[in-house]
Amino acid sequence: MVVYISRRLGAGVVLVICASLIVFALMLADSDHIARNLLGDQATPAMVEAKQAALGLNDPVIVQYFRWLVGAAQGNLGNSWFNAESVSYLLLSRVPVTLSIAFGTVLISTVVSVAVGITAALYRGWTDRALQLISITGLVFPGFWLALVLVAKFSIEWQLVPATGYIPIAQSFTGWFQSLTLPVLSLTIGAVAGLSQQVRSATIATLEKDFVRTLRSRGLSEGSVLFKHVLRNAAPPTLTVVSLNFIALMSGAVMIERVFALPGLGSIAVDATGVGDIPIVLGAVMISVIIVVTVNLLIDLFNGWLNPKVRLT
Amino acid sequence: MSTVADIRAIANLTKAAIRQSLFSRILGSPVAFVSLGSLLILIAAIIAAPLLTPFDPNSGDIGQALLGPGADHWLGTDSSGRDVFARILYGGRNTLGGAALALAVASILGVTTGLIAGYHGGKVDTGLDWYTNLVIAVPHIMVLLAVRAAWGSNIWLIMTVFGVLMAPGYHRLVKGIVSGVRNELYVDAARVSGLSLPRILGRHILIAIRAPIIIFAALSAVVVIGVQAGLDFLGLGDATVPTWGTMLNEAMVNLYIAPGLMLWPGLALGVVNAALILFGNGLRDALEDSKSTKRPSRRRGISANAPKAGTSGSAAVPAAGGSDGDTRAGAGTAVVGVPGCGFIPDEAVLSVENLNVGYPSGDGHKLVVKGVSFGVRRGEILGLVGESGSGKTQTAWACLGLLPTGGQIVDGSITMSGRDIGSVSARERRGILGKKIAYVPQEPMSNLDPTFKIGYQLVEPLRRQLGLSKAEAQAKALAMLARVGIANPERTFDSYPHQISGGMAQRVLIAGAVACDPAVLIADEPTTALDVTVQAEVLDLLRELQHETGMAVILVTHNFGVVADLCDRVAVMQLGKIVEQDAVEALFSNPHHPYTRMLLSSGLEDKKPRTRLLPAATPVLEETKP
Repeated sequence: MVVYISRRLGAGVVLVICASLIVFALMLADSDHIARNLLGDQATPAMVEAKQAALGLNDPVIVQYFRWLVGAAQGNLGNSWFNAESVSYLLLSRVPVTLSIAFGTVLISTVVSVAVGITAALYRGWTDRALQLISITGLVFPGFWLALVLVAKFSIEWQLVPATGYIPIAQSFTGWFQSLTLPVLSLTIGAVAGLSQQVRSATIATLEKDFVRTLRSRGLSEGSVLFKHVLRNAAPPTLTVVSLNFIALMSGAVMIERVFALPGLGSIAVDATGVGDIPIVLGAVMISVIIVVTVNLLIDLFNGWLNPKVRLT
Repeated sequence: MSTVADIRAIANLTKAAIRQSLFSRILGSPVAFVSLGSLLILIAAIIAAPLLTPFDPNSGDIGQALLGPGADHWLGTDSSGRDVFARILYGGRNTLGGAALALAVASILGVTTGLIAGYHGGKVDTGLDWYTNLVIAVPHIMVLLAVRAAWGSNIWLIMTVFGVLMAPGYHRLVKGIVSGVRNELYVDAARVSGLSLPRILGRHILIAIRAPIIIFAALSAVVVIGVQAGLDFLGLGDATVPTWGTMLNEAMVNLYIAPGLMLWPGLALGVVNAALILFGNGLRDALEDSKSTKRPSRRRGISANAPKAGTSGSAAVPAAGGSDGDTRAGAGTAVVGVPGCGFIPDEAVLSVENLNVGYPSGDGHKLVVKGVSFGVRRGEILGLVGESGSGKTQTAWACLGLLPTGGQIVDGSITMSGRDIGSVSARERRGILGKKIAYVPQEPMSNLDPTFKIGYQLVEPLRRQLGLSKAEAQAKALAMLARVGIANPERTFDSYPHQISGGMAQRVLIAGAVACDPAVLIADEPTTALDVTVQAEVLDLLRELQHETGMAVILVTHNFGVVADLCDRVAVMQLGKIVEQDAVEALFSNPHHPYTRMLLSSGLEDKKPRTRLLPAATPVLEETKP
């Protein structure tokens, strides 16, 4: 077990380093235009030259990358090019917001998908058709558009929840809950669409397994057969979709944070992107990759706990 | 969102895809046809934008801002007085054009690498796999933000990078299919006959992956369009280039004054996405349908037990009135039951009378068990014999009330201590199962839940059916494991099913079946999946347990050796009917029915090799002809 976790952690670290290298190269392979972008069209070549020297952009990319990597390994992601604030500090204060949205969505969409998917698998017929309809609606409209609709209705027209802003959980639980209700709801619809289909097909496949008949032949209650045995066996493919969903959610959260003016990882990355503050964007990419890798590892461990065969490999 | 997870499902369609023309498939599916049609009409409108609207998408009259729909401006104007209809049309060019670029890059890259990795495997494959996992673990929007931050708001550049990020999906899809097709015989044949690699890939493999790629492209286009619109929605697009995303950004900025602005671009996105999803799903369903017509049913047991050719006409008619008198024309074998084939002994603990089991088919039922009657006394072992497809397993499942989905008892009764257990409620049945009637399945490894320890799987029913405490149930389970001859019960108790052998697993299943002291045990081919040496041990165990408890046993088997070894009486089944039933000695010494004789003579035991085989078989076969 320890070997497995440390191997996976090692692979995760390698993955993060590779991703950072690729993104770094993608951004800084040609540094001429960066200083120019920062200074605007009126900048003279001399100003551009000076700016490049000031930002260390004249060094070879690989040197710049190692400088950044060494800093990052010590928790220092550099400073913002605009206000010289520490990127690590700026970003870390934003992580809880994004995680609240992402985990809230994963939790709710999983519970809903399991309920809907199992119902559709058991009863087929009209529940099945309803599921199809929900799925297609959820996939057809982008999450940020649904968010706009929800804001227009729930916040502006009916004034049920605040339209924008974030209240930390430490300050007020109800406030925190209210500020996240609509963001999570708008992402949940899309997440449920794919996941409930997966739960449905995994449940149908498991119900046809031999051991289900044998368990029933022992007189077990239908609830125990379904929720202990079938669900646990249907979990691995479903969890794969959950982890893919989570990656997509990290993307979706970027746009949702914008709609609701939530101070998350995505909104700071978008602001930094708009002005070309590359250290912040780079840091945001890295932190989101680290979150994704960690969550995927946790999901794999959970999978191993659910399914002993996986654990050995 | 789950496009990557769809890959496996789509890849499964390959076989069907090879067999039919893609075009005819699209025509054959109304949903796919209609959605593709509306998509094409929309694209045509977008291309013909200058013909459809006189307005410029980028310049507006500020005095005419935020007008509602009207004669001039069909869909109204936005906050700068620009015509919304014109912006939808021209914006569609950029939104859909950008998405098309990303898809083209993704499919060209992904299909190429997928072909190489799938066809060659080896190190290239491992390397590409690693790269694929890397790219999939990175939130795509974040990378696109990075590109945008460094290179500015060029939609085409960003969409090209996005295409590279999307390529792994295509790579996985194509690789999966190609490594499956690579070893197909027709590809081998092409290779052996000296065709060049590009020729093989192009002619035999591309054709296999064409339909799955189109389906996947349609579904991933939804993701691409969403991300493209999302980036512009964030205000990161080029303000001079109209797209549906920038229109939605406008709508967000003016959310308080003009919430209606989000309607049209949202609707445009919705219509395109819906058309793409319905097209992809329609094409997939069309392929799945054609796959399932090829293989009529994937449900276990049905296809295996469906009546053989020539009987389908009569099979739809419920065979009321028992097995006698139902002769069918055109069948190679005349099935006429011999007297006594529906024998139900007095004092039977379980008696089955005129049982008919059917599966829905067309308007009526397709019967797989027809008018079967038998009974079993306390302490008796009844063999239910027949070749595969004779309906013996269906009969066993019907007795347990555990027929697969769709299967039902069409007629007849199954009586146990005066109660018809064929028609009790689900709750009552759970009270009977395990306690009164128990089941030992055929395939030991697939009949234990792989995710729970063996101990748990034994303890759970004991606690429920006998109301034991956890400790009591545990002690009883350990005692049962010891009783069925497991050398180290504690260790097995603590093992997962994949950690024990097949013979052990069958002992565990027998222990579980007899743990609640049932009056009737139904054992469905309990030794078929086991090694020969283990078979004998398991049969001995069953005999011992039967002697100890006095339970009645129904032993389903196709093996007359097992019958001779274990059973008191035997019922022979053919095509869903019992054709002969007798005491074992009587049946072996004097078989009445030709089918019984054929089965008996087809065994290899007690025979001189070679010489007797043919002469013995021939007369029986002749007799069976009408």
